[in-house]
Amino acid sequence: MKLQQATRYSILATLHMASRPNEQIPASELAEIYGVSQHHLAKVLRTLSRARIVESTRGAGGGCSFIGDARKITLYDIIRLFEDDWLTPPNSVEEAPTDVSAELLRVLGEVDRITAATLQSVTLQTIINNAERAARRRRQNQTSLGES
Amino acid sequence: MTNTKLDIAAADHDNPDFVIDLAAWDDLESIVQIDSYASGKHKPEFWRDCYDRQANDPNFRFLVAKSGGEVAGFAIGTIKTWEFGAPTCGWVETLLVAPGFRERGIGTRLFDAVLAHFQAHGIRTVRTILNIDEHALMSFFRTQGMSAGPFIELEMQSE
Repeated sequence: MKLQQATRYSILATLHMASRPNEQIPASELAEIYGVSQHHLAKVLRTLSRARIVESTRGAGGGCSFIGDARKITLYDIIRLFEDDWLTPPNSVEEAPTDVSAELLRVLGEVDRITAATLQSVTLQTIINNAERAARRRRQNQTSLGES
Repeated sequence: MTNTKLDIAAADHDNPDFVIDLAAWDDLESIVQIDSYASGKHKPEFWRDCYDRQANDPNFRFLVAKSGGEVAGFAIGTIKTWEFGAPTCGWVETLLVAPGFRERGIGTRLFDAVLAHFQAHGIRTVRTILNIDEHALMSFFRTQGMSAGPFIELEMQSE
């Protein structure tokens, strides 16, 4: 699945902020880490802010912070803010001009269904926890390699 | 294996709000009710079979979480070899928490108890299958660290 650039940055920025709750993170920090222009990032943050996922504070010490519930917000929730045309339209199979095109659309719909279910089941907190778990494993492996 | 007190690490009962134990005959009525509420299907025979299976199959664990003597949730873990051609692994067949007891860590404790059963048998690979539309349950299993495995389910209606 290939996401648009804005969608990818929005997910990365949200995860970054959600992994540091109660912290004001300068937009410049996010822009630098993920290699995105501040102008582009500002547009992404505006959309996230309208959805009450992040909050921006201006002035000295200002920045953005995560204000959503990381255990409830899923990847699907964020992707849908930026992209709503990646799912095969529900009536497309019935409206297909030929039997083979209907069958093709049915298969594509099958893929969409699995994709949507996967994205709806992955919360921001799951990504953060799994990343921490993977990092812990890496450190343990490095330690055990160093000891042997 | 006997159907007495749970003998695995997860039975430490460090959370005073609830305890995890092997399913008892007296728990079945509540289990049937909780399942009926969740699935919309009343199937007491199925749960009685699960109870009987526990007595006869050492690979099969039927666990309940109880709070103040009330069944708050239940789980089934079973060890299977060459199921779908896979080497020995643990299957989480059921995991359900009653609506009034959710968001209290009961599902995680049940899951841990099932894992402890598998680990006691030297098994680390754990699988489950669930309905594609059960996003909350899928999310729960992902929170525990599960992700897509090497299988995909297919089905058809024969003509």
